[in-house]
Amino acid sequence: MAIPTTDSVYVPSPAQVVKIVPLTQMEKVFTIELPNGQSLGHKPGQFVEVSLLGVGEAPISISSSPSRSNGTFELCVRKVGDVTTAMHNLTEGAAIGVRGPFGTGFPLEKFRGKDILFAPGGLGLAPARSVINQVLDERGSYGRVIILYGAKTPGELLFKDELDAWSKRDDVEFHVTVDRGDADWKGNVGVITTLFPRITINPRNTVAITIGPPVMYRFVLMELLGKGVPDGQIWMSLERRMKCGVGKCGHCQINNLYCCQQGPSFSYAQIKGVEEAVG
Amino acid sequence: MSLKIINKKDVSSFVSSLMSQYDVLGPVARENKFAFTPIGDAAEVRLDYNTSILPPKKALLPQEETLFTFALDGGFAAQPMLDTRPRVVLGVHTCDIHAMKLLDAVFAKGTPDAHYLKRREKTLIVGIECLSPCDEHSFCKSMGTLTASEGYDLHLTDIGDAYMVDVGTDAGRMLLTLHGKVHDATREDMTRLNQALSDKWSRFMYKLDFDATELPSLMAVSYKSPLWEELGKKCLACGQCTIVCPTCYCFNVLDEVSMDGKRGERKRIWDSCQLDEFARVATGENFRKTRAQRQRHRFFRKGKYLPDMHGELGCVGCGRCARACLVDITPVNVFNSLYKAKAAQ
Repeated sequence: MAIPTTDSVYVPSPAQVVKIVPLTQMEKVFTIELPNGQSLGHKPGQFVEVSLLGVGEAPISISSSPSRSNGTFELCVRKVGDVTTAMHNLTEGAAIGVRGPFGTGFPLEKFRGKDILFAPGGLGLAPARSVINQVLDERGSYGRVIILYGAKTPGELLFKDELDAWSKRDDVEFHVTVDRGDADWKGNVGVITTLFPRITINPRNTVAITIGPPVMYRFVLMELLGKGVPDGQIWMSLERRMKCGVGKCGHCQINNLYCCQQGPSFSYAQIKGVEEAVG
Repeated sequence: MSLKIINKKDVSSFVSSLMSQYDVLGPVARENKFAFTPIGDAAEVRLDYNTSILPPKKALLPQEETLFTFALDGGFAAQPMLDTRPRVVLGVHTCDIHAMKLLDAVFAKGTPDAHYLKRREKTLIVGIECLSPCDEHSFCKSMGTLTASEGYDLHLTDIGDAYMVDVGTDAGRMLLTLHGKVHDATREDMTRLNQALSDKWSRFMYKLDFDATELPSLMAVSYKSPLWEELGKKCLACGQCTIVCPTCYCFNVLDEVSMDGKRGERKRIWDSCQLDEFARVATGENFRKTRAQRQRHRFFRKGKYLPDMHGELGCVGCGRCARACLVDITPVNVFNSLYKAKAAQ
């Protein structure tokens, strides 16, 4: 006979989906509200475990910045597994469960005064957006802000309104590319690394934040290292199948590192030579 | 003096008395092997067992357990579940006592795991001293787990027609006082105990060609060893080695829904890093695709990652994985091969 308790780290807090906005055929943005006006209290780069009762739990990066929390937070979710498919079938007002935030997040306080180069690819913009908007909301604390964004096709570009707003800002250098264009696409065509020759940076004073699939990391790392950005100033966010979020279940382990504890934000200095890190 | 004597003929009544207040788990015969099982009949307990198929870790981390229950009514109300049944695990060998101490550290450090810790708090351990090796796969002497000075509430040593009982904790003392027919050890009993303990060491062989304290540094230079590819070619990725391991604790979390679709539970179940799916993410990327990578991960957890995190080796030399492996991958051979390769460099 087991008795009920309240101090389990595996029991999610109840939360409500207050808004759902489709972005593409595969991605929707969910605005989540915790009860009684509680704040999630996250840092950019952290993730939550989202629970749908009867379906299961999945780790999802937080896409909104703490600076814009306003009592809610946002998750940009691709329909790809059981939990995310079930999420896509939810309607506004649905009750879900949330645990977290988990992980270390990006140490933005160490990035102050530096030029920030963002290089997200595909769905990597979802977690990157949390950092980008935080940096833009504290714009005076940083030097140049450069955003290089790549997606497979124009239809897969995320947060188009915000991309548009970033491209119009005088204090943001924004470049976007797609692997394959379409009839209406007038912009750059090519993988994200084709954007790097367009920018010159002062590598010693630049922090690069790149988030994307493993294959992208290999090529973007070559570009960044080639430009002389120090290992400790190149930051990534690694995707793993965190089942517990608290460093026990073993699923997210990257060699000796527990991605959910020491990551998912890692500097290249932390994972250089860690063979399992980028596949 | 914390040494007591319980006559072998009185063990059965001790166990019966425990059963009135505790769930008692102990080794019982299963065909030609032994398994830790809830005891229904005190006479079933076989303290003379050699080894068990699954380690007694299942008393602390069951193969599956409910983390919380819920109603599927459109709302979100989770009812957490903690197992608080008082439990006694009888006849735990010293290798498994060492393994439980490691599990205790894993689940207590960092974010405490209430499900494990509550069960642990309610579990009393009665250990038993090993006086001869379980079989040819045991290498506890090499791993320094052939004896234990803590991690048990009571600890038994066979001295012929009786067990010497070492009282490890106050809870153990209470157990003995309330349930056991014991008497203080006499000088003659002490002589028999010392004889039994001094005789045992020569029956066990060192199996590793080096001292186990060198294991983390040996692993550190063995990441690129060609041995992993060799193991990968043999390994069937069945996951038995991790399932029978007393220090493996990785788990999966999943939901189960009742037949009528009205209720459900979230469970955690044992998982294995040897299975293909273990490190795969939803988008399809698998971060340990090959069996070689997965075998390497397993041995690195035992020899380096766990020791680095918790200060204790992740292998206790019980030999269960070697017994279970269908293609004869054994930690003794793996560690000795790595050592030989390092020495040849």
